[in-house]
Amino acid sequence: MFELSILWPAFLNGLTTGAVYALIALGLTLIYGVLHIINFAHGAALMMALYGVYYLQKSLGLDPYVSLLVMVPAMFAAGYLAYRYVIGVASHGRDENILLVTLGVAIVLENLALFLFKSDTRTIDTAYTFTTIPIGTAMIALPKIVAFFGAAAAAAILLLIMRATDLGRAIRACARERQGARLVGIDVEHVFAMSFGIGLGCLGAAACFLLPAYYVNPGVGNGFVLIAFTIVVLGGMGSFAGALVGGLLIGVVESLGGLWLGESLGQIGIFLIFIAVLLFRPQGLFGARA
Amino acid sequence: MDGNKNRRQFLINTTALAASAALPLGVRAQTSTVKVGVIHPVTGFLAYSGNLSRLGAQMAIDDLNKAGGIKSLGGAKLEAVLGDAQSKPEVGAAEVEKMNESGVSAIVGAYASAICLATTQAAARHGIPHVVDVGVADQIVERGLKNTFRFAPGYKVCADTAMNDLVLLNNLAGKPAKTVFIVHEESLFGTGTANLLAQQLPQLGFEVKEVVKHANPTRDFNNIVLRVKAANPDIVIPANYYNEYALFVRTMKQQNVRPKAIYSVLGGAASSYKFVKEFSDAANGVIDVNHWFNPKDKRAWALKKRVDAMKDQFFTYEVYLNYSAVHLLADAIERAKSTKREDIINALASSTWDKHIMPYGPTKFVNGQNEGARPLMMQVLKNDIKVVLPNTYAESEPAFPWKG
Repeated sequence: MFELSILWPAFLNGLTTGAVYALIALGLTLIYGVLHIINFAHGAALMMALYGVYYLQKSLGLDPYVSLLVMVPAMFAAGYLAYRYVIGVASHGRDENILLVTLGVAIVLENLALFLFKSDTRTIDTAYTFTTIPIGTAMIALPKIVAFFGAAAAAAILLLIMRATDLGRAIRACARERQGARLVGIDVEHVFAMSFGIGLGCLGAAACFLLPAYYVNPGVGNGFVLIAFTIVVLGGMGSFAGALVGGLLIGVVESLGGLWLGESLGQIGIFLIFIAVLLFRPQGLFGARA
Repeated sequence: MDGNKNRRQFLINTTALAASAALPLGVRAQTSTVKVGVIHPVTGFLAYSGNLSRLGAQMAIDDLNKAGGIKSLGGAKLEAVLGDAQSKPEVGAAEVEKMNESGVSAIVGAYASAICLATTQAAARHGIPHVVDVGVADQIVERGLKNTFRFAPGYKVCADTAMNDLVLLNNLAGKPAKTVFIVHEESLFGTGTANLLAQQLPQLGFEVKEVVKHANPTRDFNNIVLRVKAANPDIVIPANYYNEYALFVRTMKQQNVRPKAIYSVLGGAASSYKFVKEFSDAANGVIDVNHWFNPKDKRAWALKKRVDAMKDQFFTYEVYLNYSAVHLLADAIERAKSTKREDIINALASSTWDKHIMPYGPTKFVNGQNEGARPLMMQVLKNDIKVVLPNTYAESEPAFPWKG
């Protein structure tokens, strides 16, 4: 139906979008893997991070990519503190409570944003918003290419932390067996809060990569969090490799689906995949059988 | 004794103070004001257009008040009751209810078609006259609502004019264009315009390659532009609002898609000085059939000068259509000699107002639609917007096919 000259750029566009999806899903899957909860506030936190990037650019003239240095630590700190002093405390040690607390936090954040920033859709303009780089026959926007490599780098750093540091080992230990981890002297509450912080830190990075080619409004997180859930399920709950591959796959499916079915129906492919995975491979592509 | 005296003095003073504070209220009540509801989507995805609309309405109200208010009502001043529809029809309707409570005599608004449908209907329930400023969807004036008056043309008239003028343009150039590609936004305005064009263009000898719909807001037009590229049409027709229009045309430029014309009907950015200023490389050559002021009218240029002098404001159709709508309403109130809603409706229905800056001729409402209302065809040429058709108003020759 379409020539290769169209499919190739659409594929690349999908891949670059998918990388950002993957970054968002990585944070979600980390929090799930360690805390065994679905963080419903993930979308709202992303939205807050996007506003952060927006205002850093508007008021301080900070380039979104420079904002990485501010946003990643800021989101990490916000996540750590939120877990230590709100979510962890309110859960009283029960996982299902945490679920509801994150949902509550999401609602509060979204309405706070509506109150503070109004429902306006805001965008930033940078010198490179419309710069394109030719890749073969395709012209790909520069911010998307940066987002692709940025997301890949962030994922690599995250994997490195998980594999090669004491913190990573502690996180994996808590994920596997939290009582055992406590017995060998790991401060489990601290590790939980660190995981939550790192999960939100991913969002800080995602926001910096997203905004030059995207927009922000108080409801912007919802679309992403739905896709991120799908990716986490597709890749296997708690699997980093799964989140990466799943993110890229979903990005490409969305882009090609949009090409075939029209922009409004493009996302249908994502949810077909979601249902198919639940039916035929509920543990996900990279997930271990429960 | 001293204490007593002081207390008495205090009472006298405060009574006098209270009286003087009350005085302006009494005076204000005597020289009556006429409350006019001004509803626009000043926040939400239509905020840009909504704010310009509000600006136009407020300029008109200020001008009218400065010129002595409504003379037949003893110089009564117009008082704007501002409403924000938040780019949502249901919020617009709720604003009408609030305005009804606050006792407005009439309403002007509400820019977007979908919001106008809701506000006119809500206003009809309370018998409030509603002058529609822009709202191009024809259902707005086709539901038999006695309170609804639209000064500007609807999309049927705009689309018909656009199609006839497209044929004219194509014939003048020796028929170089045969195929079209339509890109439209998902709400009433874009869908309605696109349906009408897709239905009628084949009868005029054009092949419609594809009709593509997109959401509001859309931040990435790459896929749509890729489809345009694949279809390789002679003419691309966008029907969407400012942000998406600008992004779409810029993405086409970016992806090196160069049709013989970007030809729009009521293009959100095409006939916009803001677009020309911000993205002149993408804007040059763009043709648009849209609302436009009468370029032969000096008062229009004087008004443009005032808006241009404001910071970050542009003289767009939102401004002068609202400016005109408020003046139309003021003329009706003047003739009605009354602030009663019913009297104003009757005065609007019999309006023959012709002191406007639009290329419409004397006003004549038939079922709420101003019959003389018509769009003009503009093209961005050398970083300026010029009227190119019809000849009566033309400032320049059209450049078609575009070779920019």
